[in-house]
Amino acid sequence: MSRVVEMKQITKVFPGTVANDHIDFDVERGEIHVLLGENGAGKTTLMNILYGLYKPTSGDIYIDGVKEEIRSPNDAIALGIGMVHQHFMLVENFTVAENIVLGNEPSTRGILDMEAARAAVRDVSDRFGLAVDPDARIEDISVGLAQRVEILKALYRGAEILIMDEPTAVLTPQEIDDLGTILKNLTREGKSIILITHKLKEVLEMSDRTTILRRGAVVGTVRTSDTTADELAEMMVGRQVSFSSDKQEKQAGNVILHVDKLTVKDHRGIEAVRQVSFDVREGEILAIAGVDGNGQKELVEALTGLIATESGRVTLCGCDITGKDPRTVIEAGTGHIPEDRHKRGLVLQSSLFENLILGYHYKPPFAKHGRMDPVKIVEHGNRLIEEFDVRTPSGSVTAGSLSGGNQQKVIVAREFYKDPPLLIASQPTRGLDVGAIEFVHKRLLELRDSNKAVLLVSLELDEVMKLADRIAVIYQGRIVGIVDAADATERMLGLMMAGGSPEGRTAADRTEGESA
Amino acid sequence: MKEKFTYVWSVIRLPVIAVVFGFLTGAVCIAVTGNNPVVAYIALFRGSLASIPGFGETMYKITPILFTGLAAAISFRCGLFNIGAEGQYVVASVAAIAISWFGQGLPRIFLLALILTAGFCAGGLWGGIAGFLKAKRGINEVISTIMLNWIALYLANYLVRIPLSPNVRAGLSPAGHSVVVPEVAKLTKLKAIVPAFGYSSAHTGIFIALISAVVMWYILFKTTVGYEIRTVGLNAQAAEYGGISKAKNTMLAMFLSGGLAGLGGAVQIIGLVYMVNQSPMLPGYGFTGLSVALVGNSHPLGCIPSALLFGILENGSRQMQLAGIPSEITSIISGVILVFIAGSLVIKLAGDRIKAKWGKRAMRTEQEGL
Ligand SMILES: Nc1ncnc2c1ncn2[C@@H]1O[C@H](COP(=O)(O)OP(=O)(O)O)[C@@H](O)[C@H]1O
Ligand SMILES: [Mg+2]
Repeated sequence: MSRVVEMKQITKVFPGTVANDHIDFDVERGEIHVLLGENGAGKTTLMNILYGLYKPTSGDIYIDGVKEEIRSPNDAIALGIGMVHQHFMLVENFTVAENIVLGNEPSTRGILDMEAARAAVRDVSDRFGLAVDPDARIEDISVGLAQRVEILKALYRGAEILIMDEPTAVLTPQEIDDLGTILKNLTREGKSIILITHKLKEVLEMSDRTTILRRGAVVGTVRTSDTTADELAEMMVGRQVSFSSDKQEKQAGNVILHVDKLTVKDHRGIEAVRQVSFDVREGEILAIAGVDGNGQKELVEALTGLIATESGRVTLCGCDITGKDPRTVIEAGTGHIPEDRHKRGLVLQSSLFENLILGYHYKPPFAKHGRMDPVKIVEHGNRLIEEFDVRTPSGSVTAGSLSGGNQQKVIVAREFYKDPPLLIASQPTRGLDVGAIEFVHKRLLELRDSNKAVLLVSLELDEVMKLADRIAVIYQGRIVGIVDAADATERMLGLMMAGGSPEGRTAADRTEGESA
Repeated sequence: MKEKFTYVWSVIRLPVIAVVFGFLTGAVCIAVTGNNPVVAYIALFRGSLASIPGFGETMYKITPILFTGLAAAISFRCGLFNIGAEGQYVVASVAAIAISWFGQGLPRIFLLALILTAGFCAGGLWGGIAGFLKAKRGINEVISTIMLNWIALYLANYLVRIPLSPNVRAGLSPAGHSVVVPEVAKLTKLKAIVPAFGYSSAHTGIFIALISAVVMWYILFKTTVGYEIRTVGLNAQAAEYGGISKAKNTMLAMFLSGGLAGLGGAVQIIGLVYMVNQSPMLPGYGFTGLSVALVGNSHPLGCIPSALLFGILENGSRQMQLAGIPSEITSIISGVILVFIAGSLVIKLAGDRIKAKWGKRAMRTEQEGL
């Protein structure tokens, strides 16, 4: 088979980090080649080099056996390389066809020929089974479709080699399956695909070969059919990883958090959470599953007092905390691992010591009569740093100087120290590497086993299925259904995440049923 | 020990380099005007530091700008830009005059305490108005404090001209200045304690300023109040998440900031000028205070050497003039220092922005490439 891409000894140095360290990487015609690695392993950097966004510090690139200098995405496109980024770059209020031809519009004597554009789009779409309506507006279509539009855009510009950076992060399980089919169709037409991911399941299902990166270097390239998830994980992390969770059977106790018909508006004044009701009990983890942007953020912020509620009631340990300010909510017994650790969870310019008391800084032993006790604060900080294994030269460095995983450990340590009856963990493992994810998972399960209530909000279905006792699926601000984790299947949750009920009916069916 | 030193150096590096650059630029300018920079700087420092009365002159110049420097510093720490120290200073000086006049029968210690408290509260309330508007209505404090400055000035002019005017009180037509602070309410001159201060008008207000700096340092770095103010200043969203009210701390910081500027006004009245004149202009101490805080790294103790620097420049410029060197040189020096510091802050901010935007920028490059 012929090699369409060969990257030889690619090194990329950023100030302070070697993102790519003498990487050899090649792609054969018609294959799906996965780049696998933890966050920060250097996958995006390597592909940005191939796409001409970064210039390598050293190393050579060969396309179809010819050495090329790729100085810009224009060069890359001319060489038949297309890239679909993690964040889409589509014009929201343009139609699909307009987006696809943007920058490369068919015209007759300077006049835009939209009919030709639509025909071209339909033609490409049909050839690869993409099923995209050229006249739909981007703002009206789903994320999964928007991604197809990005793929179409690349194909329309003549891409033979398609790079996809973490394409599944935003998709429901069904959409991921569909994407798999589309990619297979593309390879059948002779296209080559480079897929970036850190999810093992997708690697095994979708790819022909896998190259594993760790800390900027290649660990190895394997034929996917010859390998297993355990083997890949070990190569990716550098040690053995256990996937099984040691979750004990456990009877849930009294209701700790009771949410009744809660409605919350987002900052634009649109109802983001609608009539949501659920309970979280002692000794259980209730997970809120759903695709990003379905009201999870607003739900958590309303529960923790960070934004106002429209209507409904929230009770914590029998105490009404509806619309109370954050301090009242904290004092009523809530710990909160926020979704955005940089924006909310930490004061990046402050020391770890100062960060590790945020939220109880005014209480003894850290403060008495408004006077802070530096000795106690430092002792406390050092104890948590040790107990939670935060890797840092000392507690007096700023939180901003730590890696993401260690920053998250600081937050987890601080919130666990409160020993709250309720912990709200919002995407607690986002952007963490496998080791740190294991750590957070273990801690959450320990909390549950010590009979605390945990509300877990997560976009990762694997995480939800591994940790939760019960799973509530949220779609467009509504809880579509709450199921026992033991009975839940990925397919069922996937349908619910797209608005269907656990029994397989869609949200639309049900609304009609109710109004009848 | 070494670690501590490295840390301190990392904090003071910028101001130190800025000052060195300021003086170097000043030296070039002096040389361009055909004078000898060495002679000029000797005159500058000798005049402001070398003799006790000379140093006394420097000290009384430091007093008000240390107060307004502290005022600016605490507002910066809360992420606010209080450019209303001017107005806060003015309302407090009028309050000080009024209290000293109407309370002249009171025992001295009691009266002084009352005047200082009134000055602090008057300035604090004036700052607090801007804090309230910011916290409850989201009105930008830069705009509201500028407006309040002018309101303060014209209000003061009215009060000074009519109710507090000695002429009006004596039944005559209004005059352009207030009554004079009675002897009992005047701060002690240093020369009354140490005769060596000779001709200098330095007064015990400098000690009130120094104590205020230490107290402010304590509040900011050793109490929960300071922790909350600093947290709001560094990351308001994280503060809210930690149960710290942004609104409350915004108002509190503006109150403290205004209070310090107000204390400066009251001390200046009873320590040095003893009356308030009707004036078409704001006194300018508030703006110098912004410079003091910038050079002092918004640290209350850092404001002390920083205020000393500006005091030296102001007092020494007269001495340089006597040595035949244009006094504008000192303005050039302080200007260069400020441009340097503000410039590097802007560069640092922009740098952070660029880092944060890197990903996005890379993508934009791609779009432009199409
Ligand atoms: N523009 C940049 N400037 C500096 N460092 C960067 C830049 N882009 C990536 N890095 C660093 O390079 C390393 C690899 O990053 P990346 O390629 O994004 O990893 P991945 O995509 O595998 O998660 C990380 O340590 C990251 O912080
Ligand atoms: Mg990446």
